[in-house]
Amino acid sequence: MSDHDHAPDPLAIRAEALEKLLTDQGLVTAEAIEGVIRHYAEDVGPMNGARVVARAWTDPAYRERLLENGREAIAELGFGGAQGERLVVVENEPQVHNVVVCTLCSCYPWPVLGLPPSWYKDPAYRSRVVREPRAVLREFGLELPDETEVRVWDSSAEIRYMVLPQRPVGTESLSEADLAPLVSRDAMIGVAQVEANRE
Amino acid sequence: MSEIDQLLPDEDAGAPPRSNGEIVFEAPWESRVFGLTLALHDAGRFEWPEFQFALITAIARHEKSVEPEAYHYWGCWLEAFRAVASQKGWLTEAALSGLESELAARPHGHDH
Repeated sequence: MSDHDHAPDPLAIRAEALEKLLTDQGLVTAEAIEGVIRHYAEDVGPMNGARVVARAWTDPAYRERLLENGREAIAELGFGGAQGERLVVVENEPQVHNVVVCTLCSCYPWPVLGLPPSWYKDPAYRSRVVREPRAVLREFGLELPDETEVRVWDSSAEIRYMVLPQRPVGTESLSEADLAPLVSRDAMIGVAQVEANRE
Repeated sequence: MSEIDQLLPDEDAGAPPRSNGEIVFEAPWESRVFGLTLALHDAGRFEWPEFQFALITAIARHEKSVEPEAYHYWGCWLEAFRAVASQKGWLTEAALSGLESELAARPHGHDH
């Protein structure tokens, strides 16, 4: 039996049919679709959020603007989205840890983090992180002291959240450019912390 | 292994910071329908909350009907997009199913 005997995936067929029906009507072009895919593959991703975090760590006035209005502050670095949503940046503190979820679907701060990882969209994460955040964070390898308060932020179409992690101790001498590579996607979702020595 | 562990990509640790090791799309059609949705939105053809509502509805229905292992996020996205396209009058069910039958009946290797 060769590959050619496999029946085509009905979902792939449906996607192709939808695209053809809409492009045939002139509602959208193949070039525009490819442009979107290329943009998300090449220009948008956690490296954008890492630059925002590193700037906030090294520029107190920027940090204030970021916490005040995330959408405007990330636009200063050239990042923005067409979805028109608010971006709320929540800051970790010694006694407070923040973690982000979208319980109903998959809302996520695309301009700063790109597209969400598959676990973020999975029913297990979406339902459990609200009910038992500490247990879920432990499974990610993040053990928080009992006295740390955990705040869970549920995203929506109107409001997306990003975590501003704590700057790790021992990084006082590092520049903004040196700090950005330390900041992981998971730290900006809130399922990890930033380590001074990132593998 | 916990549920969450099973969801984490194996290659996460050593991956480049640009994607942190995550494969976002597993099949080409998933990226095509994502691109199609955003390109239409960028062109002002619909308001984002219209799609968001359809996606929430599709996910809620799908979660009730399948086992957790069978959960398929991009299948929900596709269903939500179809719903919006239908509401907007961009297609009829007859046109969609007719074209689907036509595409499914192609001999394999048609695009080679």
